[in-house]
Amino acid sequence: MSISVSGINKRFGDFVALDNVSLEVPTGRLTALLGPSGGGKSTLLRIIAGLEFPDTGSVEIEGVQATWLPPQKRSVGFVFQHYAAFKHMTVFKNVAFGLEIRRKPRAEIRQRVMELLELVHLEQFADRLPSQLSGGQRQRMALARALAVQPEVLLLDEPFGALDAQVRKELRDWLRNLHDEMNVTTIFVTHDQEEALEVSDEIVVINGGRIEQVGAPADLYDRPANDFVMKFLGPVTTLDGQLVRPHDIELLAAPGQEAIEATVTRLTRVGFEVRAELRTSKGGSEPWVQLTRIQAQELDLEPGRSVWLRTTHAPKTLAVS
Amino acid sequence: MATAPEIPAPPRRRPRPVSSGRLSAASGLGLGVGMLWLSLIVLLPIASIVVVALQSGFGPFREAVTDSEALDTIKLSVGAAVLVTVINAVLGTLVAWVLVRDSFPGKRIVEVIIDIPFALPTIVAGLVLISLYGPQSPFGIDLVGTRRGIFVALLFVTLPFVVRSVQPVLIDMERDVEEAAASLGASGFTIFRRIVLPTIAPAMLAGSALAFARALGEFGSVILISANLIGKTEVSSAYMLKLIEQNDTTGAAAVATLLLVVAVIVLVLLDSLQRLAARRD
Ligand SMILES: Nc1ncnc2c1ncn2[C@@H]1O[C@H](COP(=O)(O)OP(=O)(O)OP(=O)(O)O)[C@@H](O)[C@H]1O
Ligand SMILES: [Mg+2]
Repeated sequence: MSISVSGINKRFGDFVALDNVSLEVPTGRLTALLGPSGGGKSTLLRIIAGLEFPDTGSVEIEGVQATWLPPQKRSVGFVFQHYAAFKHMTVFKNVAFGLEIRRKPRAEIRQRVMELLELVHLEQFADRLPSQLSGGQRQRMALARALAVQPEVLLLDEPFGALDAQVRKELRDWLRNLHDEMNVTTIFVTHDQEEALEVSDEIVVINGGRIEQVGAPADLYDRPANDFVMKFLGPVTTLDGQLVRPHDIELLAAPGQEAIEATVTRLTRVGFEVRAELRTSKGGSEPWVQLTRIQAQELDLEPGRSVWLRTTHAPKTLAVS
Repeated sequence: MATAPEIPAPPRRRPRPVSSGRLSAASGLGLGVGMLWLSLIVLLPIASIVVVALQSGFGPFREAVTDSEALDTIKLSVGAAVLVTVINAVLGTLVAWVLVRDSFPGKRIVEVIIDIPFALPTIVAGLVLISLYGPQSPFGIDLVGTRRGIFVALLFVTLPFVVRSVQPVLIDMERDVEEAAASLGASGFTIFRRIVLPTIAPAMLAGSALAFARALGEFGSVILISANLIGKTEVSSAYMLKLIEQNDTTGAAAVATLLLVVAVIVLVLLDSLQRLAARRD
C-alpha cells in the first residue's frame, strides 16, 4: 500500500469534517476522491499532504509513519485548484523551485526542468510568467512543478475545477495518459462524477466526513452500496418505490411479462437521447426513462400513449424518501 | 444555399488593443487632467521654492546651504529619517504580519491604535510624547533635548505607513502558494525569503518611502521633545522656520531646496529598489 490512512478524525471547532476515515491506496494507482461540496475531500487530501493534521488517527506513506511529519518531509506533490503559481517567477523557475531547494547542480536542474516542460507541453513557455499563461497551461506548470521533485505520491485537489468544460476534458485525458506513463501513485479530488468515472482506477465516495464506498468505477456504478452512491454516480429515477437508473427501464409497446402499464406524459430530446416522462397506472409513480432516438421511433412514442415498462438487470436500491 | 458567408470589410480605423502604446481620447483626457493637477499641486510650489532660493543669485544660495548650522540640521534630519525608515521597514512589516496572520485577544483594538499617530494632530503627538518621556515621565525616562527623543517621536508618527501598505498585500496573498512551496520542501525561512518577501517588497518600499518623507519634514511632534538645541537637536524644519522668522526667506528656500534634492534621491533609490524587487526572480 502506498498510502494508508486509518481512523482519521478531524474537527474544525464543533464541526466534524472527517469522521473515522480509513483508506488504503495501492501503489501506482489513480484514485479519485469523489463527493459533494463540503464532504471533507480537501481536508482528507490535506491531511495526507501534511498541510493539515488530524485530531486522531494515522497516516502512512510508503510504509513510513507520516502522521506528524511536516509537508516538507513527506515526498508528496500537491496540485491546488487555483494553481498556486509563484507569480514573480518564470515558468522555468517555478518548476525548478523544488530542485533548487534540494541544491541540485544547475546543469541537472536545467535538464530535468526542460524534460518536465516538454512532458507538459510548455517547453516554449519556459521564460514566461504565470500571468502570461492560460488557466490550463498554469495548471500543467503546477503539475510539472510538483513532479519535479519525484514525489512518491501525487495529490491533486480539484485540479481542473477552475477550467472550462472543454479544457477540463482535454486535461482529464491527458492526466490519464501521463499517469500511465509515470505510474506515480495519484489521488485526485473531484466533485464531478463523470470525471471520476472516466479517469480513475478506483473511486472513493466521500460524503459528510465519511467514506460511503470504495471501488472500481464500473463496480460503483453497477453495485452502489447505498442510495447516496447510486444518486451521486449517475442519473436515477423512482419506479415502484425503488431507485432505478433511467436507462435500465425497458419500454414495451404491448403488455409483457412483469411489465406495468404507464402513460407517456412528456417527451424531451437532448441531443441523441430521448427522455420520456411517464405516469404508471397503478401506484401513480412518475419515472422517467432514457432511450435512444431509434428506440423512441420504433416505439412510436408520443405524449398520451400507453406503454409497458419493466426494469432490466438494473442496480436498484430501496428509495428511502 | 452555398453562398459564401459574407466577411465584413475591416473597419478603416481598427480598434486598438487596450494596452497599445497610444492613448484613447478618454485616457488622453485623464492623463491631461492628472498632469495639470499634479503641476498645480506639486510642481508649481516646488518650482517656486527653487526660484526663491536662487532669486539673489548662486552666491547667497551656496552660503545658505553651506552654513554649518544648516548642515547640522540637514545631517540630523536626513540621518534620523533614514534610520527611522529602515526600522519601520522591518518592524512595520512584522506588525502587519502579526495583524494578518496571528489571532490574539485585543487584535481589533491594536488595529485601531495603529492609526492613532495618523489621526493625532502632530503637536498633540508632541504633547503626548513629552508627558511620557519628559521631566515628569511616569517611567522615569527623560528624553527632552536628546536625539533619542527625536527618534522616538519620528518612530511614533511614521509607524502606520509600512504597516498599512503591507497589510492588504499580506491579506491578499493566497496561502496555497506558501503551502505549495512547503510541500516542495522549502523551509519556513526559504518560503519567506523566496515567496513572501518578493510579493510584499513593493508595498514595503512604498510604505518606507512615505515614512521617509514624513520623517524628513516632521515638525510638530518633534519640536517639543527636541527642545530645539542648536547643533544638537535642531531639525531642518525648525531651522527653516527660524530663518523665515528672521525674514531670511531665501535662506529657508535654499535649505528647502537641498532637502528636496535629498528627498528626490532617496525616493528614486527606493523606487529603483522596488523595480528590482518586482522584477522576476
Ligand atoms: N480551516 C477550516 N476551518 C473551519 N472549517 C473548515 C476548514 N477547512 C474545512 N472546513 C470545513 O470542513 C468541511 C469539509 O471541507 P473540505 O474543504 O474538506 O470539503 P470538500 O469536500 O473539499 O468540498 P469542496 O468540494 O467544496 O472543495 C466544510 O464544511 C468546511 O467548511
Ligand atoms: Mg475542496
